[in-house]
Amino acid sequence: MSRFLPLLGNVVVLLAGLAVLFGLPAYAETYLIINATIFASFAILALSLALIWGYAGILSFGQAAFFGLGGYTYAIAAINFGDTTGAAALAVAVPALFAALLGYFMFWGRISDVYLGVITLTVSLILYRFVNQTAGEEWTIGQAPLGGFNGIPATPILNWPGRPGEQLAPEDIFSLAVGLLILVYFGCKALLATRFGRIVVAIRENEARVGLLGYDARIYKLVVFVIGGALAGLSGLMFANSVFVSPTMFSLPVSGQIIIWVIIGGLGTLIGPVIGCILMQLLTNWLGTLNQVRGFGWVDPNLVLGVVLVVFVLLVPKGLTALAADTVRWLKKRLSPRERGEGGAHRASDGRMRGTNDQTESPPREPDRSYPSANLSPLSRGEGHEQRAAGAAARSTP
Amino acid sequence: MTAPPILETRGLTMRFGGVVAVNGVDFRLQEAELRCLIGPNGAGKSTFFKCLTGQLRPSGGDVLFRGRSVAGSFSHAIARRGVGTKTQVPSVFDGLSVRDNVWLAAVRVNPGRLADKTTDDAMQRVGISHIADRIVGQLAHGQRQLVELAMVVAPEPDLILLDEPAAGMTDDEVDRLVDLIKELNKRHALVVVEHDMQFIRRVAKTVTVFHQGAILVEGDVADILVDARVRDVYLGKQAA
Repeated sequence: MSRFLPLLGNVVVLLAGLAVLFGLPAYAETYLIINATIFASFAILALSLALIWGYAGILSFGQAAFFGLGGYTYAIAAINFGDTTGAAALAVAVPALFAALLGYFMFWGRISDVYLGVITLTVSLILYRFVNQTAGEEWTIGQAPLGGFNGIPATPILNWPGRPGEQLAPEDIFSLAVGLLILVYFGCKALLATRFGRIVVAIRENEARVGLLGYDARIYKLVVFVIGGALAGLSGLMFANSVFVSPTMFSLPVSGQIIIWVIIGGLGTLIGPVIGCILMQLLTNWLGTLNQVRGFGWVDPNLVLGVVLVVFVLLVPKGLTALAADTVRWLKKRLSPRERGEGGAHRASDGRMRGTNDQTESPPREPDRSYPSANLSPLSRGEGHEQRAAGAAARSTP
Repeated sequence: MTAPPILETRGLTMRFGGVVAVNGVDFRLQEAELRCLIGPNGAGKSTFFKCLTGQLRPSGGDVLFRGRSVAGSFSHAIARRGVGTKTQVPSVFDGLSVRDNVWLAAVRVNPGRLADKTTDDAMQRVGISHIADRIVGQLAHGQRQLVELAMVVAPEPDLILLDEPAAGMTDDEVDRLVDLIKELNKRHALVVVEHDMQFIRRVAKTVTVFHQGAILVEGDVADILVDARVRDVYLGKQAA
């Protein structure tokens, strides 16, 4: 049964994706379709962080940098080229290259996790500042003015490959964005199932051990970081096609938002951040309409989002996906006749009563690191503080 | 004396600020030899061990693996030369299953299907096949030790370094470990760091005793265990 659950999950996700892909354009108005396109591009952005933070353990505050870089690269290249196909490819390649450069210095420099977050955040803030002040005439790349804080409102819409001038309709952009989202989602799933993906997860679990097994963790981290950068660039490309590029793409609220999506959806899953992203965007949009309503003008969407984040971090730290899984497990327990009526005493001895093979049901507990003192040798017993140094070391390890 | 030893250190020194944890150690291990390192707390065993595995970069001296210097290499580079390491505190992947843990060790040297088979074999040899699908973080300390041991054994390294392998094991697990070490020693060279004298008696042939960052004495296990100097450093000698 449990072996089919992942497969079932994949089928459900695929069907849901396809339903949105083909169902929405038939019924929805253009306004809604454009909104859904933005959601889909943000969902790809959420996946980019879900992959590198949730699976490789790299907390990047800089996904906004790659997101903005992707958007700007596309806009500038498309204005200059005329045809958008090459520009779209560059929108993925340039952020990936930038991630490779940044990642090389961070991973080969053995920067610790906290500083990695600081560096990536700083990089996106520097880009934000830089792009913000490019209002003057001198900031023109080819025929594309960078436009400072106004961004590039004339961001071209994608045209059909090889047919410059024949722009995609909003419905087509929507289909492309959702299609890419589905592809990226299953692409990440497939990647994580490979040897490469499993080693990446192992690095998150214990980087030192990965080294002792003979893998150079730096290469794996770099590759997955570059993939994350490329995906964020792709997201920027689709965003540029549903709105237009502006410096806010690099801004702190965007960086923060991505992290909030991942936390609320569930770190260490792929579907969680996508759901978290869409729910938070729906909430943001709804809060935005609230100040039209009398008596609710004081509501600040950012404040509400902040409260939501705090509530989640404190009460649902593992996110919505874990919450849903726990609820299902709890319901199963309540409904199964064998378990009913045995009360709390049953729970306490759960782990021991069940067979060793039943690991899915036994409650997670701290690894038992206590040492039997019985096999202390006569020699070591003679010295009081000799009590198995390993024991003390193990206990003092966080 | 034609073939170089599988492992040799020349004047190996490790300083932490003003503290000299390992002081000019010359150590030789022949192919297929089994050597036990003992010594009281703070003798420098573990620091010496970490210099061998690349977890620490020695401040001085050299480490040679089959005649080639590996001092200051990264641990993954040393592992690729054919060195398998079990650390003092079990270094495992707590969030993954036992099978995944061992598979990750096996797959570096064995592609595809072969990795699955090597994984099963290694779990069998160490005796953890019955817990293959459990999450390592939920296991008892002794079992985690066995998981790490299976990870060390799976890629069939030429040299196996074990830091306190018996810590936290039940008597049955220790019995299995003793058999396993003897079996491994038929094909591999081993260095075992241990505190437990009972355990040393059961597996050791040659013993090196560390004291204050240097080698105090080296010799046959029977002689070492009755050596007055060894007894003194372990019990804390009165006369200086």
